[in-house]
Amino acid sequence: MSWYRPSDVGFSLRSQLADLGLGARLFVRLLMLFGRAFRRFGLIRDQIHFLGNYSLAIIAVSGLFVGFVFGLQGYYTLQRYGSAEALGLLVTLTLVRELGPVVTALLFAGRAGTSLTAEIGLMKAGEQISVMEMMAVDPVQRVLAPRFWAGVIVMPLLAAVFSATGIIGGWVVGVLMIGVDAGSFWSQIQGGVDVWQDVGNGLIKSVVFGFTVTFIALLQGYEAQATPEGVSKATTRTVVMASLAVLGLDFILTAMMFSL
Amino acid sequence: MAPSFSDPLVELRDLTFGYGERVILDGVSLTVPRGKVTALMGASGGGKTTILRLIGGQNRAQKGELRLYGAGGDHVDVGALDQEQLYAARRRMGMLFQFGALFAGLSVFENVAFPLREHANLSDGMVRDIVLMKLNAVGLRGARHLMPSEISGGMARRVALARAIALDPELVMYDEPFSGLDPISLGTAARLIRQLNDSMGLTSVFVSHELEETFQIADHVIILANGKVAAQGKPEDVRKSEDPLVSQYVHALPDGPVRFHYPGPTVEQDFGVAPAPLVPPSRQGAWS
Repeated sequence: MSWYRPSDVGFSLRSQLADLGLGARLFVRLLMLFGRAFRRFGLIRDQIHFLGNYSLAIIAVSGLFVGFVFGLQGYYTLQRYGSAEALGLLVTLTLVRELGPVVTALLFAGRAGTSLTAEIGLMKAGEQISVMEMMAVDPVQRVLAPRFWAGVIVMPLLAAVFSATGIIGGWVVGVLMIGVDAGSFWSQIQGGVDVWQDVGNGLIKSVVFGFTVTFIALLQGYEAQATPEGVSKATTRTVVMASLAVLGLDFILTAMMFSL
Repeated sequence: MAPSFSDPLVELRDLTFGYGERVILDGVSLTVPRGKVTALMGASGGGKTTILRLIGGQNRAQKGELRLYGAGGDHVDVGALDQEQLYAARRRMGMLFQFGALFAGLSVFENVAFPLREHANLSDGMVRDIVLMKLNAVGLRGARHLMPSEISGGMARRVALARAIALDPELVMYDEPFSGLDPISLGTAARLIRQLNDSMGLTSVFVSHELEETFQIADHVIILANGKVAAQGKPEDVRKSEDPLVSQYVHALPDGPVRFHYPGPTVEQDFGVAPAPLVPPSRQGAWS
């Protein structure tokens, strides 16, 4: 590929557009398969178990450590202004509005997204997708759609777990270790967190990230070259693209939510 | 001239297929007779597997027609079907992939049950009975609880065969069912293809490089070369063919119309000298 030859540039552009078109068509198909996918809820339930339960440990442990760190950093900043009792509110708002959805999505991309890409890619390499098509079974409906909707369901649940364990981490450091007043810690949270403005914003973000990360993982697996090298590259692309998409979308969503 | 059959199940008419500028099949016409075992043979890259993929609608030809006949003589052009029609046509087919392509996360039993659960609205008891019958037909009823990672390559192909016939298809296609099998498994696979074809009233098409087993079980042999049908007919007629290409293939000769060396520059052009003798002149006669 040379950038000074118009034919090469045109070919590259056309390939990128074709990939974009394929991706868009697959995304629309997955959305349209909502009803059919939920009619066989057992398939979605299995994937919720696979994607959710197996990600639970890493999400909970990460949330706890992030909470520990926020407890320490938050106290360090707030005590300068004599507002150490607002530590609970600071930790909670940061987690619920921002870090909960974002870090969960990044961890989900690394833990479950790569697993989805590798699974679909290896199914393709092992001709399991082809054999399904030859059995007159639509692989998008049978394999991709349950995983897609399971990912969308699981992401907000995991984000909630992350935020909850993070708040507990902040409480452990702030209240138990440093000695911030427990009543102030919890009452500031109770009084300062708005269900719609704060929890709602976080929920919307995590649902959007659920669509984004799961779709990227499935698309990369489905379009992977059916070779070990192809699957390996697709898995790497999942992490890179999903992480960038999450961070980019987070900025856009945050900007939109502040403007409302 | 292709022999004509009074009752074909599949018919390729002047079919052309290629990837980009590389032509794989060049105006191929052939017939798969109903109820018979048809073998597709020929050198690697000759388009045998491509024909199976075209019959299954996984690839579409650039030119020509691929007819799949119904019981009443009516037919559809597989290459012109939309997805729904194609899936309806595929329900009349079963396909055995080269390495079985079993679903790695499902047991032997669940692999065979998969098409039944997807397409037939049957009770669990009925599914169980059918699966065990199909597994019994391939001799693996006792292996129902094993996972694909716990069985040999030959067994995996037998499980895949049981899965391919789970819905009692009219046509079963086998992509190199004998490759990589030990002599016992190979003989078993060959007998199974013949037995199942006769006992279930199937039509079978298989791609193979194993001359002896193929000629033993096939009713009709088609040899492909250079994108065309080089020979077709009964096994004994193909074996006696005097066509140089068919003769090279049937007698497994290393050189002939299919060259040993891939086309390219001459040795002189590549090395700038005449090819040297294998034994240096000073050593010639040393062993005599």
